[in-house]
Amino acid sequence: MNAFPILSAIWLAPFVTGLLIMAFVPDTRIQAIKWLSLGASGLSLLLTVWLLAQFDYGRAGQLQFAERFSLVPSLGVEYHLGADGISLLMVVLNSLILFTGVLASWGLKHRGKEFFVLLLLLGGGVFGVFTSFNLYVFFALYEVAVLPMYLLIGIWGTGPKEYSAMKLTLMLMGGSAFLLLGILALYYGSTPHTLDIFELNKAAMAGQFSPGFQKLWFPVLFLGFGVLAALWPLHTWSPDGHASAPTAVSMLHAGVLMKLGAYGCLRVAIFLLPAGAHFWAPLIAVLALVNIVYGSIGAAAQTDLKYVTAYSSVSHMGLVLLGLATLDTLGMNGAVLQMFAHGIMTGTFFALIGMTYGRTHTRLMPKLGGLAQVMPFIAAAYVIAGMAGLGLPGLSSFPAELLVFLGAYFTQDLFFKVVAVIALTSIVFTALYVLRVLQKTFYGPITEPHYKELGDATLVERIPVVILITVMVLVGVYPFPVLRLIDGGLIAVAQTLGSLPR
Amino acid sequence: MTFSTATWIVPLLPLGGFLFNFLFGRGSRRLVPRVALLAVGSALALSLVLAAQVLGDPAPKVDGIPWLSVTNQVFGHFTISVGTLLDPLSAMMLVVVTLVSFLVHLYSLGYMSEDPGLARFFMYLGLFTFSMLGLVVSPNLFQMYIFWELVGLCSYLLIGFYTTKPEANQACKKAFVVNRVGDLGMFLGILFLSYYLGTSDFSAIAAHLGSWPLFGPAWLPLGAVALLLFCGAVGKSAQFPLHVWLPDAMEGPTPVSALIHAATMVAAGVFMVARVYAVFDASLMGSVNAPLVVACVGGFTSLFAATIACTQFDIKRVLAYSTLSQLGYMVMALGAGGLGVTAGAFHLFTHAFFKALLFLGAGSVIHAVHSNDVRAMGGLRRKMPLTGITFLVASLAISGIWPFAGFFSKDMILAALKDAHMTGLYVLAAAVAFLTAFYMFRLYFLTFEGKEPEHGHPHESPWTMTLPLVVLAVLSLGAGFAGLDFGGRSFGSYIRFDRSPTLASDWTRAQGLALAHPKAVGDYRLATALWAAPALPPTAATGLPAPAPATIPPAQESRAFVLDYSVAVPATLLGLAGIFLAFGVYRLKWIDPGRVARALGPVYTTVYNKYYVDEFYRWMMDHVYYVVSGAIAWFDRHVVDGVMNGLALLMQVAGGALRRLQTGRAQAYALAMLGGILILLGALKVFVP
Repeated sequence: MNAFPILSAIWLAPFVTGLLIMAFVPDTRIQAIKWLSLGASGLSLLLTVWLLAQFDYGRAGQLQFAERFSLVPSLGVEYHLGADGISLLMVVLNSLILFTGVLASWGLKHRGKEFFVLLLLLGGGVFGVFTSFNLYVFFALYEVAVLPMYLLIGIWGTGPKEYSAMKLTLMLMGGSAFLLLGILALYYGSTPHTLDIFELNKAAMAGQFSPGFQKLWFPVLFLGFGVLAALWPLHTWSPDGHASAPTAVSMLHAGVLMKLGAYGCLRVAIFLLPAGAHFWAPLIAVLALVNIVYGSIGAAAQTDLKYVTAYSSVSHMGLVLLGLATLDTLGMNGAVLQMFAHGIMTGTFFALIGMTYGRTHTRLMPKLGGLAQVMPFIAAAYVIAGMAGLGLPGLSSFPAELLVFLGAYFTQDLFFKVVAVIALTSIVFTALYVLRVLQKTFYGPITEPHYKELGDATLVERIPVVILITVMVLVGVYPFPVLRLIDGGLIAVAQTLGSLPR
Repeated sequence: MTFSTATWIVPLLPLGGFLFNFLFGRGSRRLVPRVALLAVGSALALSLVLAAQVLGDPAPKVDGIPWLSVTNQVFGHFTISVGTLLDPLSAMMLVVVTLVSFLVHLYSLGYMSEDPGLARFFMYLGLFTFSMLGLVVSPNLFQMYIFWELVGLCSYLLIGFYTTKPEANQACKKAFVVNRVGDLGMFLGILFLSYYLGTSDFSAIAAHLGSWPLFGPAWLPLGAVALLLFCGAVGKSAQFPLHVWLPDAMEGPTPVSALIHAATMVAAGVFMVARVYAVFDASLMGSVNAPLVVACVGGFTSLFAATIACTQFDIKRVLAYSTLSQLGYMVMALGAGGLGVTAGAFHLFTHAFFKALLFLGAGSVIHAVHSNDVRAMGGLRRKMPLTGITFLVASLAISGIWPFAGFFSKDMILAALKDAHMTGLYVLAAAVAFLTAFYMFRLYFLTFEGKEPEHGHPHESPWTMTLPLVVLAVLSLGAGFAGLDFGGRSFGSYIRFDRSPTLASDWTRAQGLALAHPKAVGDYRLATALWAAPALPPTAATGLPAPAPATIPPAQESRAFVLDYSVAVPATLLGLAGIFLAFGVYRLKWIDPGRVARALGPVYTTVYNKYYVDEFYRWMMDHVYYVVSGAIAWFDRHVVDGVMNGLALLMQVAGGALRRLQTGRAQAYALAMLGGILILLGALKVFVP
């Protein structure tokens, strides 16, 4: 065990800073609040980099930096943090998005204190979920991550924000209700009763969960997490929620929170109920296929930039779910990499849409046009993010999508091969809607005379975009190291599923 | 420095130039073009050295590092490598790409000198050159796909280079999407091939093919896979029905049309088919005759596009349809097999020079007269002698007149078609030769001869633009001789397709294994284990029927090319006839082309409107795709979301109804409690014995 509890430090840095700001910093000191927020998220980012350097890549499958002590021994409630390759990658994603999200909110004027406090609490909670291996703490922090959304959208949002916030929160809480049931079932199904993810996995491997039990509870857990991962038809909170949310919240929400859902599907549902996963995988694959194709075709009919991105998220998250449903290492590697790639990409998208909206005060494509002439940086970055969206090689989404398609086709099951072939058609549909956005928004003649006076991105605005795009390019050009992390982390899952020998 | 190291460096040079310009160039109009020119110039020098080495030692050399590696139950580790493959085919492509790219860089110094986007233009050119070189040296299909998409991106960026022009925006989007349709097929082909063969390495594909029927399930014939791969070529090399993007791609700056949309990128489809020709050839054993389909698609495109070229008035569009037609020629040659593979690659080689020359010449003209319409030109040879003469050389080359380069490559294609006994396509190819000569000289006479238009003062272009014209003209004159035999060595002795000698016997053995082990079909792991086992159990012992011996037509001999007068003479006469007709109509004005057009009526209108293919696709997009898309969006908003809102409403209503129960009267609560206790007691009585 490490002497320094680095994982606790990572999640507590923003979380405690948030609480301290709430308690001690008056809301008139907005500049101090911003710098404190940036400092806290920056500290997490630095610690994450240190984590990456200290991590033993050869043992990516094992929990490293573990911290463990008991909270309520009689109920098996423990504070158990740790990171395997997958957790580590998700922590990297969250620290990037949180840091860039704070930067993207630099210009916020309305009730800044509450906003940054909620943002930090949310970000801290997400770190905690990705590194918790006891379901009690996992679930508690999961809720911490979900609940601030309501206020963040309801207060700082745009458009029908109250409706969107309410819908999003209710749907996600509905999912959580399922989760709570599922977690209780796992607790009572295991002997001795435990809430530890690895203990539960051992219980599953030892056959303590009967096939009937698994078939019953797998969909409960998977759907519970699936709501957050925008599994069709439970995705409808996402277009409204993303569209109404302020920039940083959209970034965190699409960039990280949706991954929380997919992470839960993998870490809890699939890892703990392997027989259930095998039973329900074809259905999930079909729903994921609907996500992929329906989302990508539906995106072409949208006129609001945020709605386009939201539907593209539905489509891209479908790829994550399809990869998971293959229950094969290739596909699951693709799924986890896609979680990362999609997080970085949508983060970039929403940051850029925020900048565009901040200048033009509209997100409707029919009113936009020719913006590349006045804001070349934003346009160029949007082109790059768009290219990542349509799976262009050299950017991080390509290896992810490639692995999902390979994984789906390389299963021995003809059904999955057919799904893979149909899912592949989305690469054409995706190209259509992505290029349509670029054409209507950035190219062509300038549509409104006053757009000519608009300026390009400022330095503070450029930093987050440059960071995200750099990561996008690095991972896309050479995905080998990242895949080592994921692959190592997935070995235990694959062994549970029987797709790799133990 | 070894071969392999040097092959890595060639693509990295333009990449380095691009990165330098991107990070430090700061959009400088002086620095950026120079760095780009230096980078591609060094790549050209290195490519020439490599090509010379390959002439001495043509054995393929492969190198690579893992790019992606994942533990997998079937493959142990599933790994995709990136690296290099140096063999005569890639060496030839390296030289063509770096040479044309270098000349286009030089030309653009003059052509783009006034353009405010000069630095951006040179950065895109560098990125394109890197991507194209990466494609050319790919040792496996995955890497080829990666760079295939990247050249597509560069093409997109350069077609849409004039971002404020709506036509350019429409054209670049169209190019990307249409190519994506082809790429979808290609990706599927790669997926199938790499799964059932267990490899996508070009060096290993041929050896694994014999076992396809064992590994590939019965519903997936090898020919279908070959055709899926071919889809990629149909998109990239703009074959019918995915040809529609290339004429529109002329919205890009003219040097780009020369480099990307004439000489190099559009030839990538031909290159790819030549690379994996073993797959097409092996399909002759199955139920789908892929080479025949390839030949027919190519032949059809070449005729189809040639007819359109005869009717257009935009100088670049005429050249674009000519490119379609010539690419069709190459594809048709590939379909013939045997000598055809050499001929297709050889025509790619010669065409790169004369078509780049034609486009650069057209650019020189456009630069001078500021118009694309040939009706606004005329008599330019006297004002622009170098442009005029080099354009004439290129026109003679594409028309296949001895001793220009096109004569040799066209002749080789015709010979290959004759070898393959494809009589119909042979006649078609001859007809296209006639049409080609006609529309090219129609263009030449309209542009460079005859009366000058009154207004404007055209002048010869600066040396940066004319020097590339001259170099390409020399190559258009001399490159054809590479096809001839020099002491047993010729183009065809290096670049050729030879079928694996064990193909048929492997196929037979695999059929036997598949019969004996039906479960192995489509199961890569089991199939590999069986394949690796030393021998089959004797048929008698297993009681299974003996497999039928594989039948495959004997491979077309990839023979050395010699001039066959029975082919060359008629073809040349047809070319001369085309030139003569163009001379009569457009120089001597024997016939008024307008009257001919009117006499042909709807036939002419149809051809002039490109057979309405674009309109058909436009209609499909507007009336099918966007309708479906709108329907899905509506369904999502109203039905799926409606159910969610309905659930929420139901909760609200139910909540409102239940709220009434809380009346606040103690008697009612006591009554309810009593009722509850009674029900519980009753339940206990019933369920608990």
